[in-house]
Amino acid sequence: MAIFINETTKIIVQGFTGKIGTFHAQDMINYGSNVVGGVTPGKGGQKHLDRPIFNTVKEAVEQAGAEASIIFVPPAFAADSIMEAADAGIKYCVAITDGIPTQDMMQVKNFLRRFPIEERMVLTGPNCAGTISPERSMLGIMPGHIYMRGNVGVVGRSGTLGYEAADQMKRLGIGISTSVGIGGDPINGSSHRDIFEKFEQDDETKVILMIGEIGGPQEVDAGMFARENMKKPVVAYIAGLTAPEGRRMGHAGAIISSAGESAAEKVAMLRDLGVTISPTPSAMGETVAKVLAGLK
Amino acid sequence: MDIHEYQAKELLSGYGVKIAEGGIAHTPDEAVQRAREIGGNIWVVKAQIHSGARGKAGGIKVCKTLDEVNTATKELLHKILVTHQTGAAGKLCDKVYVEAGTDIKKELYFCFLVDRISERIVMVGSSEGGMEIEELAETNPDAIKKIYIEPAVGLLDYQVREMAFEMGLAPELMSHAVKTIKGCYRALRDLDANMLEINPLVITGNNELITLDAKMGFDENALFRRPKIADLRDKTQEDPREVEAGDHGLSYVGLDGDIGCMINGAGLAMATMDMIKLAGGEPANFLDVGGGASAERTEQAFRLVLADANVKAMLVNIFAGINRCDWIAQGVVQAVKNVDLKIPLIVRLAGTNVEEGRRIIAESGLPIITAETLAEAAEKAVAARNQVVANQGA
Repeated sequence: MAIFINETTKIIVQGFTGKIGTFHAQDMINYGSNVVGGVTPGKGGQKHLDRPIFNTVKEAVEQAGAEASIIFVPPAFAADSIMEAADAGIKYCVAITDGIPTQDMMQVKNFLRRFPIEERMVLTGPNCAGTISPERSMLGIMPGHIYMRGNVGVVGRSGTLGYEAADQMKRLGIGISTSVGIGGDPINGSSHRDIFEKFEQDDETKVILMIGEIGGPQEVDAGMFARENMKKPVVAYIAGLTAPEGRRMGHAGAIISSAGESAAEKVAMLRDLGVTISPTPSAMGETVAKVLAGLK
Repeated sequence: MDIHEYQAKELLSGYGVKIAEGGIAHTPDEAVQRAREIGGNIWVVKAQIHSGARGKAGGIKVCKTLDEVNTATKELLHKILVTHQTGAAGKLCDKVYVEAGTDIKKELYFCFLVDRISERIVMVGSSEGGMEIEELAETNPDAIKKIYIEPAVGLLDYQVREMAFEMGLAPELMSHAVKTIKGCYRALRDLDANMLEINPLVITGNNELITLDAKMGFDENALFRRPKIADLRDKTQEDPREVEAGDHGLSYVGLDGDIGCMINGAGLAMATMDMIKLAGGEPANFLDVGGGASAERTEQAFRLVLADANVKAMLVNIFAGINRCDWIAQGVVQAVKNVDLKIPLIVRLAGTNVEEGRRIIAESGLPIITAETLAEAAEKAVAARNQVVANQGA
């Protein structure tokens, strides 16, 4: 059944008529995603890519039944757009925008917590490649054709490293239920652990691949959650063996600033928690294949 | 983004935080002039570099005469200071801060920072100042108090009082403490800082609370709305290659190895570097060229990687999503010609339009080594590097 999105999920694009929004909205439509319109304040009532434009997310929810949204709004205004989506009743939101200030994200997270959990919007990203349920729906900027449908749930911070994993699996004939990018920022909408919870409940997902990196506690936290609460096996690769301490490796969140945040330490802790480690980034596919074979 | 001590103190002073009287100097004469203006008979000359632990590295000098101020300044200016935070390359000191000497009765530790776990600002304090918090966390973790701030209401007075008592401040210092701590919090929030550290915060012989050293780090994503903070950036304190990379929209970190890298995406870049290491090599750099790698940007990336004289082979690994392999291939071919590449180049392309990209590389007639997978690319890069080293030895 996949998580978050499938072929029927009604999607809107926030920042619909901008250059980037237009390009990726068209790409998602071509992939088969059910894009029902978009939001650009002031252009409500017009049409774009043959779909209606709304002034507000609320209108898109009321008039087009929007359930999921994807955000291409520039960093200065992105936090506001995320909160607008949450308030309008959007269930799932992907924020692609890179460069949202940390304090804005703290405000967003605090705002989301005000909603009772059953009404609370799930946010993934920002600074991510989005989410795809292969062959059904793409809510992101990834090259859709490299993903094959199947039983592996993928969660990772990095876009291109996620592509690498999808490609390795496809070469081995292994498909993906849903692949979720949680983004490279220090404060993000959902953690690895949050996505683990969803995969554990999803019938279609048999194995989970976590693609982690240096910095922060989220990978180990997810490993602890898996040991306590999950039946499905978890495979992980942690990028950044060669990363020196205190240097930011591209992603704002990818920085070793305290004990337990290096790749080697995370790998050791995850192993202790019963997670199967992919020893190299080129062995992600094979490692998943072995674990899948063990299930039968 | 980091700033200097004197800049942090100027900012904090504007928020009602009490600092010792002081001024910046670029020459020994200026330093003596600053000391005269400050008056008194004891001064501290402090090297202004982006690093903590300056005291241990000889970057902070206590002076009892104007002559000593002159000498101390001469000793510090235009020198490279190596602290355990700067790495072996050290940082250039091109200005000093001259400050009135403070009669220190007790040193405390205090900071605010963004906590990734709670997704809140956390206030950290200790009655044991002076040493580094990491050290304190190891030797005496119970001496560190943490208080988390609820974003909706901000820092509350009772939290400030709790922290002040925890730091061992006497009741008569409470109003000073509230003013200092709340001032710091306002500065952090108003200026989009993600770190503000006062170490030490001192109680003076006159029972005053003074900020003796201040360090602030800012969220680079917020600089667009903090132009005055952006102006405080001192590029001389950063790795020039990283500065140049940043100016071209590239993310670069120089490392000690000799296999140069150009990759799209931070995660894939780290993974490729891991793969090089696992294949027996050492990466010379981290370089993320990002999503829309134009031919111009590709060439810029090549120049940046090759500016490192250690580089003996170069690996390009692009998994095209928004990018297209054919565009990347054209950019690579053009870059190889324009930079007159002399070392082996290994290119691995995957993703959108990969067939077309590979065809362009193959038909270019250039001696480019190609690879299909990540593992193959890393192995070929290490083999090529070893060949270069062997030839040099022969």
